[in-house]
Amino acid sequence: MSAPNPLELERVTMRFGGLKALSAFSLVMRPRELVGLIGPNGAGKTTAFNAITGVYRPSEGDVRVAGERVNGRRPHEICARGVARTFQNIRLFKELTALDNVRIACHAQATSGFFDALFLTGRHRSEEARIVARAEGYLEVMGLADRRDEIAKGLPYGEQRRLEIARALATDPKVLCLDEPAAGMNAGEKTELMQLIRGIRDRFGLAILVIEHDMRLVMGVSERMLVLDHGVTIAEGAPEAIRKDPKVIEAYLGDAYLEEKHIEVPPA
Amino acid sequence: MIRGAFRSVLPFVVGIPLLAIAQAFVPQAYFLWIVTIGVNVVLAVSLNVVNGFTGQFSLGHAGFMAVGAYTAAKVSLAFAGVRIVGLPEVVSDQLAFAFALAGGMGAAALAGFLVGMPSLRLRGDYLAIVTLGFGEIIRSLIENTTVLGEALGLQGLPKRTNVVWIGVSALATIVMARRLAVSTQGRALFAIREDEIAAEAMGVDTTGYKVRAFTISAAYAGLAGGLVGHSIQMVTPAMFTFIRSIEVVVMVVLGGLGSVTGSILAAVVLGIAIEAFRNFQEYRMVVYALLLVVLMLLRPQGILGTRELWDLRFFRRVPRPRPLAATPGGASPTDVRDEP
Amino acid sequence: MTELLQHLINGLSLGTIYALVALGYTMVYGVLKLINFAHGDVYMVGAFAGYYLGAVIGADRSPNVGKAALVTIGAMAICGALGFVVERFAYRPLRHRARLTALITAIGVSFLLEFGFQLNPLLRAPVEFPPGPAPRFFPALVDLGPPLEPLGATVQRIDILGFVVAILLMLALQWIVYRTRFGVAMRAVSFDPQVAGLMGIPVNRIISGTFVLGSALAAAAGIINASSRPRIEPLMGLMSGLKAFVAAVLGGIGSVPGAMAGGVVLGLVEEFVAGYTSSRYRDAIAFTVLILVLLVRPEGLFGKGQVEKV
Repeated sequence: MSAPNPLELERVTMRFGGLKALSAFSLVMRPRELVGLIGPNGAGKTTAFNAITGVYRPSEGDVRVAGERVNGRRPHEICARGVARTFQNIRLFKELTALDNVRIACHAQATSGFFDALFLTGRHRSEEARIVARAEGYLEVMGLADRRDEIAKGLPYGEQRRLEIARALATDPKVLCLDEPAAGMNAGEKTELMQLIRGIRDRFGLAILVIEHDMRLVMGVSERMLVLDHGVTIAEGAPEAIRKDPKVIEAYLGDAYLEEKHIEVPPA
Repeated sequence: MIRGAFRSVLPFVVGIPLLAIAQAFVPQAYFLWIVTIGVNVVLAVSLNVVNGFTGQFSLGHAGFMAVGAYTAAKVSLAFAGVRIVGLPEVVSDQLAFAFALAGGMGAAALAGFLVGMPSLRLRGDYLAIVTLGFGEIIRSLIENTTVLGEALGLQGLPKRTNVVWIGVSALATIVMARRLAVSTQGRALFAIREDEIAAEAMGVDTTGYKVRAFTISAAYAGLAGGLVGHSIQMVTPAMFTFIRSIEVVVMVVLGGLGSVTGSILAAVVLGIAIEAFRNFQEYRMVVYALLLVVLMLLRPQGILGTRELWDLRFFRRVPRPRPLAATPGGASPTDVRDEP
Repeated sequence: MTELLQHLINGLSLGTIYALVALGYTMVYGVLKLINFAHGDVYMVGAFAGYYLGAVIGADRSPNVGKAALVTIGAMAICGALGFVVERFAYRPLRHRARLTALITAIGVSFLLEFGFQLNPLLRAPVEFPPGPAPRFFPALVDLGPPLEPLGATVQRIDILGFVVAILLMLALQWIVYRTRFGVAMRAVSFDPQVAGLMGIPVNRIISGTFVLGSALAAAAGIINASSRPRIEPLMGLMSGLKAFVAAVLGGIGSVPGAMAGGVVLGLVEEFVAGYTSSRYRDAIAFTVLILVLLVRPEGLFGKGQVEKV
């Protein structure tokens, strides 16, 4: 009897008033899998993330984390069960230091509470030491060790993105959801990011789900891909297959293009 | 373990004797000043935990003050004439006062919890109105309860508040706030203030934390209430109107939402101003109002913003103190050592 | 039956006053997402403006409809100007700052008005201003004759007039909001100020206009109320303002029909509950309604739940 998959979505539908942002979306993340989620703007990718992480409650369907159904649970409960995320528009704790940003994420694992903090109990102090050490460790992994005491909003953009990843990692997840981690990066940074993502997967043994618009990056990193368009999954499979799939080409470039070029392969 | 416990109470071990000495030298004339300033410090720093650290806008602080004041008053009146066998009267009285204050804090904490639980799910502006409303409801309830003296309140409380008690209370509040601020739990409060959604996504139980901050803050407001009651020897509903709540808000905003030293500074400054300008009472609220508006327009972060006094460059001759649990001696991050 | 009718009449009368003030709250919240704490005090200023204007034109000596109209319109203009000034100098500079900042400023303005008006008079002529903390008595602006007595209940004619004026004003507002370009622009700004601006709507002017409109309505409410309950004092806007805010929330903050409905409902509820239990609970009723609404159905009667985009 093997361990349950870290994340499963079964026919998840998200309805906002009359709008169906996500239709019967299904996804299975196996341990240590690298999955890419792509689609034109407004396809429902971030909505899927929000449904996974508990920001939205699925209108229909099930979200299961490590086998347990988590529909309607609050985001912090889902995080505690092993799902971490980054945000499309970076949502760091801007006025806090890099270390604080990561520390707070480490905290979910802590056992000491307010009471301990107020009375400076031994448990609190040893726990604080452990948390700081762990946080520093994650900063180091992401190459931000020397930014420890810098205020987050003062960091360069690329480092802010890395800090957000470090923070997400600190929650000790089984699944890491990255929402457009490469947005705003230059080519060199993107290459580094690709290696970083693979490195994180290898070192921490977690499954990673990536939303991205940069095709080179997402195809280079993913073992498997899903394509969303208008809330519907139009294709699923290995990157090479996705690249050639006419439905995918049509979604991105329109059917006029398809007609004109027939079975053209989009530039890699 | 003993070391740990000692460290925990160290501020008081040092503070109490100093305060006792100070008390001997403070002239009676300044007693009211000390009480006003000290109570202000307790109120401002405790409110800062909710409004400043957690970024939740509470306008009901006076309500919790009232709960604390009345509970402490009831306990004191119950103990009047009662003496703990075997102890000298002085000690017995002090113990009774301690009980009263503790009772006040406990009741206020409970009130804070009950108000916080439903309210803290609401967004900023609504929370402000609801806390204001609860503050008024509490006062209204007191005003209509015979057992609590209705509009006339409770009289004849023993005068127990003195420099030592004020000092200890202010110290306790400051220590509470600082320990909270540097701890990871406290940092989580700041995270909630910065970005509640992100905090929640990183595993922080935002509602639970907000309620906790609210409860602690209310408890200390209750402490302030108990102190006030036992200095002027009575408690009336008129002492705890929403105007009182706004006065505390002004202090916190003036000092800087999130800065403990800022709150202390503002509390002292405004405390002195209130006492010094007692003759110009009617202009007080107008000045407060102007202060709020001008502050928001010109310097919304208040005097110190979210930083503490020692963060200012003026004082920055030594490296900024690291958070509480920084590994000593520059050890490698992977070495985890318990405090020796 | 008589009692029921009396409460109904009183409740409607009270409710329309709440509705007029609630409209100001809801419109400003719609375009700025700000709870204008100072709005209740504009209502108070309206009553005092009416008082002062009445004194200046000698309304108490020879009341007539013309003077009443003059006083009312004058007060509405004064408060409209007040609303404009407050928005322009206290709220607009903070448009891009944190919401908390604007909220604190609003509280400051509110207190400025409340306690400013409580200062003892610095000016003695042509009127004593500020009025000081002691209550003043609003003059009767028209003399309409003895009260009517349908089925044993008592209705003052001035209350009927007030009710009619309030309804007319609300109808006028409905017309403005739903049938004029200004109204369309106002609604556009309340949906999305940025996009509205990109579509060519002069957002600042629309927001100013919204304040002016809301403040004018509050002034009218102040005068209508003062005609029925002539005792006016600087803190009268506090409770009434808060209750009107509750009415706006009850109806769904941001919704114009909601504010009207919420006002009437709250007025009726307050009258009936206070009437059948005890008038000591008048103020507590509003707060209780508020807490219930926020816990059970925060979007109010007419509002829609808002989903925050993550």
